[in-house]
Amino acid sequence: MHDDRKYIVRIFIVLIAATFLVKLFFIQILDENYKAAAENNIIHKVVEYPYRGLIYDRNNQLIVHNEPIFDLMVIPKEVFIPDTLAFCKLFRITREDFDATMNKAKRYSYIQPSQFAKQISSEWFASISDQMTGVKGFYPEARTIRGYSFDNLSNVLGYIGEINQRQLRADTTNYYRQGDYLGITGIESSYENELRGKRGVEYKMVNVRGVDQGSFKDGELDTLSIPGDDLLLSIDLDLQRYAEKLMEGKTGSVVAIEPSTGEILAFVSAPTYKPSLLSGREFSSNYGKLTQDSLKPLFNRPLMAMYPPGSIFKVVQGLIALEEGVVTANEQIYCDNSLIGDHAPPGYYDMRKGIMYSSNNYFLKVFRRIINQHPELSQFEQAPIGLKNWKEQMHKFGLGTPLGVDLPNEKAGQVPGPQLYNRIYGTGRWKVSNLSSLSIGQGETLLNPIQMANLAAIMANRGHYYRPHVVKSVGSTKYLDPYYSEKIETGIKPEHFQVVIEGMQRALSGTAGRAIIKDIEICGKTGTVQNPHGEDHSTFMAFAPMEQPKIAISVYVENAGWGGRAAASISSLMIESYIKGEITRQWLEDFVLKGDFLY
Amino acid sequence: MRGDSVLDRIDWTVVLLYFAMVILGWVNIYAAVYEEELASSMFSLSFNPGKQLVWIGTSILLIIGVISLDYKFFDSFGYIIYGVMVFLLIAVLLFGREVAGSTSWFQIGGFRFQPSEFSKFATALALAKYLGDIHVKMTNVKTQLIAAGIMFLPMVLIVMQGDTGSAMVFAAFAIILFREGLSPIYFILAIGLVVLFVLTLLVSKTVIFITAGVLCLVIIGASVKHPKRILITVVVGFGIFATVTSVDFIMKNVLKPHQRSRVVSLINPDADPLGAGWNVTQSKIAIGSGGFFGKGFLQGTQTKFDFVPEQSTDFIFCTLGEEWGWMGSLVMVVLFVTLLIRISIIAERQKTQFARVYGYGVLAVIFFHFAVNIAMTIGLFPVIGIPLPFFSYGGSSLWSFTVLLFILLALDANRMQVLVR
Repeated sequence: MHDDRKYIVRIFIVLIAATFLVKLFFIQILDENYKAAAENNIIHKVVEYPYRGLIYDRNNQLIVHNEPIFDLMVIPKEVFIPDTLAFCKLFRITREDFDATMNKAKRYSYIQPSQFAKQISSEWFASISDQMTGVKGFYPEARTIRGYSFDNLSNVLGYIGEINQRQLRADTTNYYRQGDYLGITGIESSYENELRGKRGVEYKMVNVRGVDQGSFKDGELDTLSIPGDDLLLSIDLDLQRYAEKLMEGKTGSVVAIEPSTGEILAFVSAPTYKPSLLSGREFSSNYGKLTQDSLKPLFNRPLMAMYPPGSIFKVVQGLIALEEGVVTANEQIYCDNSLIGDHAPPGYYDMRKGIMYSSNNYFLKVFRRIINQHPELSQFEQAPIGLKNWKEQMHKFGLGTPLGVDLPNEKAGQVPGPQLYNRIYGTGRWKVSNLSSLSIGQGETLLNPIQMANLAAIMANRGHYYRPHVVKSVGSTKYLDPYYSEKIETGIKPEHFQVVIEGMQRALSGTAGRAIIKDIEICGKTGTVQNPHGEDHSTFMAFAPMEQPKIAISVYVENAGWGGRAAASISSLMIESYIKGEITRQWLEDFVLKGDFLY
Repeated sequence: MRGDSVLDRIDWTVVLLYFAMVILGWVNIYAAVYEEELASSMFSLSFNPGKQLVWIGTSILLIIGVISLDYKFFDSFGYIIYGVMVFLLIAVLLFGREVAGSTSWFQIGGFRFQPSEFSKFATALALAKYLGDIHVKMTNVKTQLIAAGIMFLPMVLIVMQGDTGSAMVFAAFAIILFREGLSPIYFILAIGLVVLFVLTLLVSKTVIFITAGVLCLVIIGASVKHPKRILITVVVGFGIFATVTSVDFIMKNVLKPHQRSRVVSLINPDADPLGAGWNVTQSKIAIGSGGFFGKGFLQGTQTKFDFVPEQSTDFIFCTLGEEWGWMGSLVMVVLFVTLLIRISIIAERQKTQFARVYGYGVLAVIFFHFAVNIAMTIGLFPVIGIPLPFFSYGGSSLWSFTVLLFILLALDANRMQVLVR
């Protein structure tokens, strides 16, 4: 009876078994997701953050180091908190914050750690760890933030911050991860690749409760972290601190360069801020305050401020005129102050005297000769040819183009060419008289303080320069990018420099008596920049000593009036401090610190 | 008879399969709880591998006991054994100890005992005894009702204990009824209901109503001259309507919350992978990560690091799948299929209807456990806490399967002594 049904039963059994084997074939052999999920389950990636490179000044003073902090991580599956309110109080958060953070962590994973609180200082961590007894599921992850030995140099150092989404997407090397820190500005940014080092990773196996079960594959995939390279700055921190002190209460910039190398000795943007403000937990609130400040402390003036150079520009005009052969060094030109207002008295001027007294009329006449070199043409036809040539000469001095400083956000400045005036007046409708203000560094010409300092270095070197840079060498191998040891020639003959330098040497007694130091021969040029918005800007450009110069400097003090007073005094004190290592003229220092330059 | 001793007449194929499975099971239990620092104490009685050795040893004693008994004992005492078992099932409800939500354990001293495990072979014996009676015809409605009653009484008592999983095993005895001639229409109806139920969970009810409605109308329209066919169509149509509308009710009111979430997580395991879907998700990860040859003995990480729950009892297959891969799974599946086919062959060669029915009872119970256990670990069936026969850790379950199987071998060994009707 119904004997055939035994086959149906057997076929049914075989069918079910076959279904299992097929399904197993799919999940065990064909589908790789389960293998990935299994590794994801058990592998706990422990990131070992490398030490960021340290930063020293040229005399090996440690400026930037690393301070340990802790990120508190949470594994939601293990969490046990005896008293949640007390726990919240410990971290100064509300219950709502706590719930929000925990929910975010749970959504991410129950068994993988998420960040609960970040950047807890080691002191704070020590003080709360006692009260954490009984709390389960939280553990600290050690990281470091930047620590600073001094309150100076923030505009060179820059700061580090958490990587944002845009930077993450832009990272084609796939180095960065969410939550990583990287340099945002300053050398922290421009030397990010050297400073960051290499992350280490340790793959650990954990069980379902997150308890360590030893290293994965006996650690064959693990990598050790490699600390970042240290940076040796060209900055002389003592000089830098002195400059910052002199600039207290003022707005402007000081840039000092070692002419023989292009190494930047001091680099001040005033007003400034303490670098420690932008490190650690208070970053956001401090950053907010700094961006709100009307004096813009985050604005890096030496690189980003574009100022009319004023009379210091006359040395460039003089050099171009001599090189072009439109004037000789000793040619006497009568100036009666009929063309343009002048502080210099009427009379005969040659190149040296013109610079010494900063004669506006002399340089205007010289400038006209530079522009109008083709008497056979009309003035309207000559002007564009002359100005184009003039602009090319300017570029040789590193003006109107970024110098290539190893800091971010360097502006090019502005050296106008024919296009600008074509736009203003119409093509063929302007001549040299429309360009008069260019001759004395007013009007459309704009330079960065770093370009002015580089100009002083070119003068000191009698015709060449090295791209200014703040990093002297990188790492233990003392590497320096050859870009910064390349000698760049202006193409102006050295004998022309001799003439202009002699003028600059005499200018001290002519326009900047305060800057004179008894036993150091300083060559300088003052500038008093007319400012339609308020008081004139005070500027000074100098190098010293005259033979074998050690320092080239430019100082720009906004709204401080006459160049011979504020800027020249600060330059002189800087030169004395750097060369002599001491200040012999206390009265001058007091005068600068008092800061009352306006009459 | 040719053989002098029962050892000459016993079916050694099944005995070998039995020991192969028990030993493989033990190896996997060892692997599931293995910890390097405790390796030397794995055999001690405080760990599952050590205890399982005791269960295996005592099972051998049980085997000797079962085959030494007079084979007529099981026939003669079938109803009495069933009666004792029903009594125990009631007693456990009154005096039992609650473990993990089920009142299905007796505790006598340090010894725990689960009567529902033993009710399986008792019910198989009682069914065999009843259906073995020459006056009983399977086509008879009265017979069908009494047979159903024998199955449902222990089933209801076990559901009352809160152990729905074990209770479902009794549904497997339907295989006996099928073999003995119960109309296939019941099975078609049952399968239809299950398919409809799952379909309702998967697609919207409106879609089913419209599809079924249109189909019914088409059939009615096509069979104007066959009033009987119209009647059947209308009845089936109402049946579909009633089933579909009752799905919500069953899901909300009949199933307990944990059962409901298991059904939901089977349909959509990603809905709550860390909660209800955890077991299935982790079980599939463990098995799926095994690959073709597996990670190797003691090299499983998912089971060893406790991602899979119950990894030495109900989810023992995860360890096997992870450490031995698809090849290991193939070996296990082939062992089960061979055993089940062999049992079917043994059942078919019995001279008495009693022994044949009992044989199919054994097949039904082992097959149901095997099918449901594997299906739940690979996400083809809701999670029901029933062990994998011979593999899973546990004294009651190993003893119960051993007794169940060896009663059949004892009957088989003596089949020639039975007078042919």
